[in-house]
Amino acid sequence: MEFSDEAPKLMMLLYGLVAFAVVVGGLLVLLDVVPAWFARRREAALLAAASAGAVRTGAAPPSRRRSVANRREGGLGLFFLLPTLLLLVVGLIVPAVRTTLLSFMDGNSRNWVGLKNYTWMFAQDEIFSVLTNTLIWVILVPLVATAVGLVYAVLVDRARFESAAKALIFMPMAISFVGASIIWKFVYAYRSGEYAQIGLLNHVWKMLGGEPQQWLSNPPLNTLLLIVIMIWIQAGFAMVVLSAAIKAIPAEIIEAARLDGVSPWQMFWQITMPSIRSALIVVVVTVSIATLKVFDIVRTTTNGNYDTGVIANEMYNQAFRFGQTGQGSALAVFLFVLVIPIVIYQVRNLRKQREV
Amino acid sequence: MTTTTPPALLTPPTRPTGPETRAARVRRRLNNPVATGISIVIAVIWTIPTFGLFVSSFRPEDEIKTTGWWTAFTDPQFTLQNYQEVLFGRSSSSGQLAGYFINSMVITIPSVLFPLAFAALAAYALSWINFRGRDWIYIGIFALQIVPLQMALVPLLSFFSEGASVFGIPLTPAWNLEDEGKFIQVWFAHTCFALPCAVFLLHNFVSQLPKDLMEAARVDGASHPKIFRSIVLPLIVPALAAFGIFQFLWVWNDLLVALIFAGGGNETAPLTVRLAELAGTRANEWQRLTSGAFISIVVPLIVFLSLQRYFVRGLLAGGVKG
Repeated sequence: MEFSDEAPKLMMLLYGLVAFAVVVGGLLVLLDVVPAWFARRREAALLAAASAGAVRTGAAPPSRRRSVANRREGGLGLFFLLPTLLLLVVGLIVPAVRTTLLSFMDGNSRNWVGLKNYTWMFAQDEIFSVLTNTLIWVILVPLVATAVGLVYAVLVDRARFESAAKALIFMPMAISFVGASIIWKFVYAYRSGEYAQIGLLNHVWKMLGGEPQQWLSNPPLNTLLLIVIMIWIQAGFAMVVLSAAIKAIPAEIIEAARLDGVSPWQMFWQITMPSIRSALIVVVVTVSIATLKVFDIVRTTTNGNYDTGVIANEMYNQAFRFGQTGQGSALAVFLFVLVIPIVIYQVRNLRKQREV
Repeated sequence: MTTTTPPALLTPPTRPTGPETRAARVRRRLNNPVATGISIVIAVIWTIPTFGLFVSSFRPEDEIKTTGWWTAFTDPQFTLQNYQEVLFGRSSSSGQLAGYFINSMVITIPSVLFPLAFAALAAYALSWINFRGRDWIYIGIFALQIVPLQMALVPLLSFFSEGASVFGIPLTPAWNLEDEGKFIQVWFAHTCFALPCAVFLLHNFVSQLPKDLMEAARVDGASHPKIFRSIVLPLIVPALAAFGIFQFLWVWNDLLVALIFAGGGNETAPLTVRLAELAGTRANEWQRLTSGAFISIVVPLIVFLSLQRYFVRGLLAGGVKG
């Protein structure tokens, strides 16, 4: 590492921080100075109006003053919102609309092709298998991750080493998907049968009498093994949220049930489960959406080869590697369309809850 | 919702249990070795992969490539050579991760600060300044959370490289960022993508501040900017910390945005991009992959372990309400 290589980067960081100070500080100063200036001007105007109006009528000024005050608040509010709104419009809203338009155009974004990109998705065998893979991901990851998280949360609840035990499961949340993929790729590592294995899975498999496998090159098993990585990451999230929900169950209910002599099994199904229903739904929804967008794991482990592609990965390949902007955009739009029903379900669920 | 205010998370619960129930609890625990067994099995399965990687990263190259990491316990041989090489090695195949580590830093810090400041301002305006259409703007920002960032990638990249135009009339010029300048693109993209969630989380918090406090300050003649700076900011520090950690982990661990907006060059690409590349092209160089992966993991792990409480609080506020 040469310092001369790193200096420009650190300069960039410095510029970034200075820009931050200038933008945010400047905004705050602007918000302070500008309204104060307006206030002074308005005061002067009011004074002038008052001295002039005192001769004619005393009724008009109050209503006018209120309308002036309202307008000022509106302008001020917009000022507070200005950076956010500007960035959202430039960085999210306009691009999203453009992506939608691009999805009806060809690879060079020159000619309109109608629905061709969408029919292509379902007609092409490879892409169809990408869609099926995504479906498998979205079904398995939320189910298994939530189940593991729930079981673990119930088991360690009020156990002696609860916080340490929870931290162990929760830790993968802090690890990047890339890091997690390398961790698991190492578990799945393969060497041919005559050598000692370095991957844990093949080691165990060999001890059980199996022949070492190239796990990540064998469909459909490899998709399942990639799903394991995602479950490993997401179970901690499920566990933390569900554990908080379990702790929020009123102690009286639990005591009452215990006095009635319910078994732990009944307690779980009849007290715990109904009480944490809403948290369960939130976890499943959140994990489902995260799973729909999964990209890093597939990219790092197999790069979508060996029949492991998912929508987000294929979208990246089409749009940024093959230069097929239209097809990539169509996949992005399809991803968006898949998210919508999940969100609608959750919003309806939340609303139902508020009414109860 | 009942789950939004859990009692002190990840700390031993302080339930009013007398000595009798505690004895009963211990008996119940002892009676239930199955439960203990299952939880230990899950904990072990969840920890072993990371542990294996950690142990391997300290083993000599020949050992990693020929024997499993579990043999290190019977035949311990450890070295720091892998870290030395993957961080500072001269050959192009060695990783040279030190430079990428700095890139990750340069990308992450502004990408956390900008959305934090802008979202705090917006959250304040949306909760405490009266103006027409306020609720609609809030609902709009809230709804933007569900737009996958994949929807924005292609046009945003062309916005940077070609500028924006409407019906052939150019509105903004191309940014033409080269080398280190690409950091600006990444900051911009991360800030845009973080804002909906940030505004939502902070709005949850800011709008819960006591109304009396705000009104008292208004009556005393404090302007909105003054209230924001001297009353609101100090009060929402926990929420800022929660979102800050959230965003830090997200940006540090991100691959997709960096891949597209920072490119693969060693001037701007972060650790994740470099590691993904190494995992693809040098898939069997485990001495580099294990130590490299650990280098990328260690910073978020420290942040996470030291600030876990804030992080969990943020997660619950966002996840459970979201």
